[in-house]
Parts: sequence; structure tokens; C-alpha cells
Amino acid sequence: MILDFAVQGLQMLLVLALAPLLTGFVRKAKARLMRRQGPPLIQPYRDLIRLMHKDVVLASNASWLFRVIPYLIFAVTWVAASLVPTFRIGLLFSWSADLIAIIALLGSARFFQALAGLDVGTSFGGIGASREVMIASLAEPAMLMIVFTLALIAGSTQLSNIAEFMVSPAVGLRVSLALGLLALILVAIAENGRIPVDNPATHLELTMVHEAMVLEYSGRHLALIELTASLKLILYVSLIACLFAPWGLKPEGAGIADFTIGIPAYLGKLAVGGFLLALFETSIAKMRVFRVPEFLGVALMLGLLAVLLRFVSGSL
Amino acid sequence: MMLTVVLWCAAALLALAPLAVIVAHMAKAAPIVYGLCAAAALISLLAALKQLLGAAPAESMALPLGIPWVGTHFRIDALSAFFLAVVDLGAVTASLFAIGYGSHEAAPSRVLPFYPAFLAAMNLVVLADDAFTFLVSWEFMSLTSWALVVSHHRVRDNVYAGYVYIVMASFGTLALLLAFGLLAGPDGLYTFAQIRAAHPTAGFAALVLFLALIGAGSKAGLVPLHVWLPLAHPAAPSHVSALMSGVMTKVAVYGFVRIVFDLVGGPAWWWSMVVLALGGVTAVMGVLYALMQHDLKRLLAYHTVENIGIIFIGLGLALAFKAYGMDSAAALALTAGLLHVFNHSVFKSLLFFGSGAVLTATGERDMEHLGGLIHNMPQTAFVFLVGCVAISALPPLNGFVSEWLTFQAVLLSPQLPSWGLKLLVPGVGALLALSAALAAACFVKAFGVTFLGRPRTLAAERAAETDQFSLAAMYFLAALCLVAGVLPGLFIDALAPLADILVGSRMPVQTGVQWLSIVPIAAGRSSYNGLLVFLFIGISGTLAAFAIHRLASDRLRRGPAWDCGYPDPSPATQYTASSFAQPIRRVFGTSMFRARELVEMPPPGDMRPARLVVVVRDLIWDAIYAPVAAAIGFSADRLNVLQFLTIRQFLSLVFALLVILLLVLAIWP
Repeated sequence: MILDFAVQGLQMLLVLALAPLLTGFVRKAKARLMRRQGPPLIQPYRDLIRLMHKDVVLASNASWLFRVIPYLIFAVTWVAASLVPTFRIGLLFSWSADLIAIIALLGSARFFQALAGLDVGTSFGGIGASREVMIASLAEPAMLMIVFTLALIAGSTQLSNIAEFMVSPAVGLRVSLALGLLALILVAIAENGRIPVDNPATHLELTMVHEAMVLEYSGRHLALIELTASLKLILYVSLIACLFAPWGLKPEGAGIADFTIGIPAYLGKLAVGGFLLALFETSIAKMRVFRVPEFLGVALMLGLLAVLLRFVSGSL
Repeated sequence: MMLTVVLWCAAALLALAPLAVIVAHMAKAAPIVYGLCAAAALISLLAALKQLLGAAPAESMALPLGIPWVGTHFRIDALSAFFLAVVDLGAVTASLFAIGYGSHEAAPSRVLPFYPAFLAAMNLVVLADDAFTFLVSWEFMSLTSWALVVSHHRVRDNVYAGYVYIVMASFGTLALLLAFGLLAGPDGLYTFAQIRAAHPTAGFAALVLFLALIGAGSKAGLVPLHVWLPLAHPAAPSHVSALMSGVMTKVAVYGFVRIVFDLVGGPAWWWSMVVLALGGVTAVMGVLYALMQHDLKRLLAYHTVENIGIIFIGLGLALAFKAYGMDSAAALALTAGLLHVFNHSVFKSLLFFGSGAVLTATGERDMEHLGGLIHNMPQTAFVFLVGCVAISALPPLNGFVSEWLTFQAVLLSPQLPSWGLKLLVPGVGALLALSAALAAACFVKAFGVTFLGRPRTLAAERAAETDQFSLAAMYFLAALCLVAGVLPGLFIDALAPLADILVGSRMPVQTGVQWLSIVPIAAGRSSYNGLLVFLFIGISGTLAAFAIHRLASDRLRRGPAWDCGYPDPSPATQYTASSFAQPIRRVFGTSMFRARELVEMPPPGDMRPARLVVVVRDLIWDAIYAPVAAAIGFSADRLNVLQFLTIRQFLSLVFALLVILLLVLAIWP
């Protein structure tokens, strides 16, 4: 029990500690792929610490909601991220929210973030918020379709149980899983505002979405929002890793000795995921905002197709 | 015992109506009438809860009123008790809200007498135990609510709304009349007990299903019978809007459940396909319509359409499982639908109260004239935000729980043997997911444009916080949203007797589950714990705030907005409701609403400003209602000549009719 508690706590701290590192790694990898030196790996930590120590400059008409939202979305995303298995299945509180609830928690975070974009009443905030909800209105159903596919294959919506099923040999090669993986990657790219949907490095570009929404934030508030974005990225990479690359995930009741396998395996998966993301981002151009619905429509249709396959046949 | 109590409460409400006519002109009439309504509804609510939670046996009573030899029958079972609780919860809070809100009423004598009668009618519908009483109460409910819709009759749109409403309501009642006629059969079995015992043939049963879908569906707002709803609900005073949207649509759901699950008997498998398809289409169409609106109350009314769709998806799944004898899955789907009935009544009432408070404070319903209300109305803004989060199905509030249960029911449906359902259910699941995501977008818009940003008009700038009674009602409902979200097990268990009656099985008991989680099927399959999620969010948010404020910095300066260096002082440069919805309008609306954006650019030298005009058409109205209205208008014009005949022509018409009738009689086999 105490060990379980410690593992859950370790998991919470691990994702929080690793999140900026993953962001830094992706940036570094992108820079190296572009033949630039790039910032050091720990640059995101430095940025966060510097931002946290700065004064907050708040727009004169910002409301109480604007000040609460950074803490709220950080908390919601952190809770969601700590429920995704990273190095060990069967976390102590994994039953408190299944995969549908985790997706919905991220939806809550986005809901409040979009509200924050509208709070000061600037046109940039509005443009970011309205585009964010447009993207979300397609990405969320696509994500739920993927969840349906996984749940129907594994017979459970509990992430731990799905992951356990994915480790077991019963899973086999399935068409619906392949479609689901493809859809999940598309959704993850859109949800994290990566190229080609949005550009996380941009500032002052008419197509920006996430950066436009958080334009009015500064100081510790901005630090929390950056940290939240990193947490979301690590959440999606962990999710894809634990569902489609579950090697090295230790089952429930594994001893401390097994951590020596689980944690390095997880770090390795993060590195591979981050590198692939960087590679993808450097090899593709950003698309127009109104091409995004087509991009996500593909994800939605793939997800729906996968669910239909599962409904029609038990083995596909 | 409980039945007597609730009938006395309904009688008291009925008696209040004529009393209100007398006192309506007095200065303190509104608080007295609404206070008495709240008291009567509260007693009725407690009785209904006692009946429901105590799992008391059904009680029935026959009164020597109404048609001779038939009488008037009332009965309270778990289903009636649950819907009675929903009705009276809405009634108590609406009355409490109206104690404050109603004092702003310009013409109280047009509202006060009808309000208690409306409450009484809704109570009586769910208690009725024979077809006659049910239909009379149903029609009484329609008429009293119609009177409330046209209470502000000087506003031109309201009269039109009332006209469309009364036509649709009459049409719906006609369908229900025919449905009960079929159920009663040639022997005239009017009481529900007799109808239940007589099993109609498959063809008749199917006909009853369609008539119930038209009759109850038109009152609930199923697409394509929803057209009156977004006109009529916003036209009424806000507390009545809350009752119509939050409660009266649920009475319609009650009518559907009572007829289709209880009275008709065993469903055929294809019934569920009709209900599921209608539910899915209703959910998505409702929310897309809502996204196109910039009138706050109309937006909320369209969201009622969406939520009715979600409820019908749950009911449709329950019908499918019931038809194949999968009783425990049917219990899950039914519980999901009925829990959403309760949840929606809570947050929709809350949101309409909020819109009423905004209306009182600013005199505006149009979001494009509002903005920045969070500064002057912080408490209203807070409770409205709670309602927005709840209706957007976001954890940890209550809307999420019922949608989560519906998703769990969808995930059970591959076990259904029918191929039609196997292909339909995933599509309906996708529509449900789409409607949930769009609802969140819509409420970002509703809250963000109304309460956040900068005030767009002087009225919005000078708004003041609403009164204590209204706030009390809203805080109560907001608290209920949270409680039902973090402790859903209590509410699911309360619904168990209903599932027992309607599908013959119940969900596993939830209150005994560890840590107050909910486990709809099995622990290995799915579970959700709203309480823990809520606590985790609260703790980690507080922890983060504490750590950052202590260890890093807690200093704060105010400055002008940054806006990338180009802030514009005019509040007109903010995003409005229509500009916020523009991306979604472009993605979904170009085909579904034929949405077009026309730019009117005056020629050089012309001093007029350029204009952007957005044209959105309602294709359902154009395709179904406009042709019918045109045909009726055309034939009425043609038949108008009959009014101006001479006496000889009239007499010859009568003679010709007589001859035709005699001929028919002669030829009739």
C-alpha cells in the first residue's frame, strides 16, 4: 500500500520533472536537424524559473478568473498526466478516472484556457480561443473514437487494463489498431499545437492558435501555462507509448528492482517519441487554418472506421 | 399517503391561480405568490423524494372527477416519483428565483395567475394514471405555458413564437390522443393498468411508437419537431424559460418513457434504430444551431434540443438492449438517459436563471451587446460558469457523469446481434462525442462573450449584481451540479427502482463501492471517481499556487493590455459571438445551414462603411415547415370564397354534401 502510494507519487513527480526536458529535447532535436546549435536541453527549466521570479503584469481589466485559470489548467493537466502509466501499470489511483475521463479532463483544461483568451477582450485572444475550440471540436470526437476502439479491443476503458492487455500476447496485429494509432498521432499533433496544425515556436503570426490565446499572460502565470503545455506533450507521448509500445511496462506488484527496467525504458520511449516528433515537424510545412478541419476529419474518419471494424468483427 | 400529499400540493397550486388573479395588482403580490408556490412545490418535492428513495410501493387513487364511469386516476410509482422530483426541484428553485426576479415584471397579472397553474399541470401529468387525465393535464400544461410565452405580448416576436408554439403543441397533443386511442383499443381501456394488461399487435405498437415520438418528441424538441422551442422558450420570462427548458421537456420525456417502456409492452428491435438516429441527429443539430446564435436565451434553448438528443440516445440504447433481453445493459443505458434528465434540469435551470439575471441587470439578451459582466456581477458570473462547465460535460461536474455512462452503454453494444444496430451505434457514438465537443465550444462562446472581455455597451458597463433570492436559487443549483458530479453513486442508486420497473433489471449498487467510485459494469471494465478527481485538482492547484507564491514571486502589477503592442481602445474590436463561431460556421455550417458571408464593399468615393453580412438558413424550416405553411395559406386563400356565397349557393352546397353522404352510405359495404 505504502509502496503503491510512493509509486503514484513518484509517477506524478516524474511527469512533472520530465515534461520541460521533453520539450527541450524536441527543440534541441529540431535545431540539430536544421543544422543549428539549438538551446541547451535544460533551457525550458531556466525559462520557467526566470518567469516564475518575475512580476506578473496583468491587463487592467483582467478578472479574477484570468488569474485563477493558470493554476486550474495546470492542476487539471497534471492530474490527467499522472493517471497515464509511464513505467508501471496499475497505479494506485488509476481507477479514479478512465481514459474517457482523462480525455475529458484535458477538455476541461482547454475550456478554461479558451476562456482566458477571451477575458482581456483583445482581438488576438479571441482569434486564438475561437480557433482552439474549432480544432478541439474535431479533435475530441476523433480522440473518443480512438478510445472506443481501444476499449472494445481490450474490453475496458481503464487505461491500466488496456495497457496490460496491450502487453499481453492476446493483442496480435489488428487493422483497427493500426487505424487507431494513425488517428491518435494526428490528434496528438493537433492537440499539442505542433506543426502542421499550429507552430509552438511562433509569435505574431496570423495563423497562431495557442500562443494567441495566452498572449496576455506573463510571469508566473505564463510559466504555469508553458509547463502545462509541456505536461500535455508528455501526456500524449506517454499515452502513445503505453498503448502502442508497451515494452518494459511493469505490471502491478512489481518490486523496486523492476524500476531499473521500467524507468530507463520509459526514458528511451520519450526520447524516440520526441525525436520522431522533431523529425516530422522539420519535414513538413505548416498548413492553413482551414485545412486543419480536413486534417482532423481524416483522424475522425479513421477512428470511426476503426470502431466500425470492431463492431462488425471481433478479430479485425 | 405520499400520493395524497402530492395531490394536495397540486391542488394548492391550482387554487393559487385564481387567488393570484385577485392579488396580482397589489404591490407585494409577486413575492407572496412565488413564495407560496415554492412552499407547495417543496412539500411535493420532499414527498416525491421520500417515495423514490424510500423505495415505497406504488400508490394509486381514483377520484370521481372527469368522464363518468372512467373517473380520474392518479398513481405514484418510482418513475412518477423521479419525474415529480425533477419537476418540483425545478419549481422550487424557479419560484425562489422569481421572488427576486418577478418584482421586475412589468405586467404581473399576465404571469402570476398562469405560473402556479403551469406548475400544477406539470405535476398532474406525471401523476396521471389514465389516458384522459394524462391528456387533459398535458393540454393544460401546454396552454398555461403558452399563456406565459405570450405574457410579453407587445414584443412582436413573442406573439409569433406563441403562435408557432400553440400550433405545434396542438399537433403534438393530437398525436398523443391518437396514440392513446390506439392503446385504448375498441374496448375503451382508459386506465394505464388496463392498457398495460392489453398487448397491442406489433403493427399497432409500432404506430404508437411513432405517435409517441411525434407527440412527446415535439414537446421535448426532437429534430425536426424542435422549431417552436427556440422561439417559445426565450420569449417567456426567464424563470418560466427555465421551467419550460429544464422541466417541461422532461415531462415530455416522461410521456415518451411511460408510453414506450411501460404501456406498450415489449419493443421490437428496430424501434431503437429510429430513436437512436433521431437522438444522434438531434444532439448534433441542436448544438450546431446553438453555435449560430447570439441571443443568450435562444442559445440556451437550442442547447435543450441538444440535451434532449443525448437523453434519447440513452433511451434508444435501452430500447435496443431491452429488445434483445440484455437487461443489465438496458438498465445502464436507461440510467444514463434518466440521470441526464436530472442533470440537464439542474444546469439548464441554472443557466436560464443566469440569463434572467443578466437580462434584469442590462435589459439585453443579445450577447453582442454584453461583455465584461464578470466585474460587476461576479457572483452571477461564477454560478453561470459552473452551469457552463456542467452542461459542457466536463469533469468533475455532473454533466460528464451522465455522458460517461452513455458512452459506457455505447461500448456494450457490439454484443447486440442486429447488423443494423452494429452499424448505427458507432455512428451515434461519434455524433454524441461531436456534440459534447461542440457544446464546450458553444459555452466558451456563451460565457466568454457575455461575461468576459470588455463591456460592449453602456448597459453592460453599468450592470449591477442581481438580488439575493435569485442568487440563492442559482447557488443551490450550482452546488447540486457539484454534488451530483462528485457523488454520482447516490443519484445512480436512486434511479435503480425505475430501471427495475422499466427494463426489469438494475445497475449494481454504487454506494457500497470503495472510495465512492462509480462502477457501472465491473471494476475491471470501467470506473470513475468524481470526488477523487475533484480533490486531486483542488489539492494540486492549491499546492502549485502555494509553492509558487512562497518560493518564487507573488508580486503583481496592473498595466494596459498587451495585445502584441497594438491594443485598440474600442470594445468593438473584440471577438463577438458571431466572429467567435466563424471557424465552426465555416467548417460545419456551409453545408448544414448554407452559411454564406457576403462582403458589401461600397465603391470608391462612397462614404458608407463596408459591411460583412452573414446569411444562415434553417434548412429544416425551409424543407418541411415552409411548404406546409405555404400549402395551408394557399388553400385557405382559395377556400376563402366560401365565405362570400349567396344563401342559395350555401343551400345547394349543403344539399350536395347530403347527396354525397347518402351515396357513400349506399356504396359502403
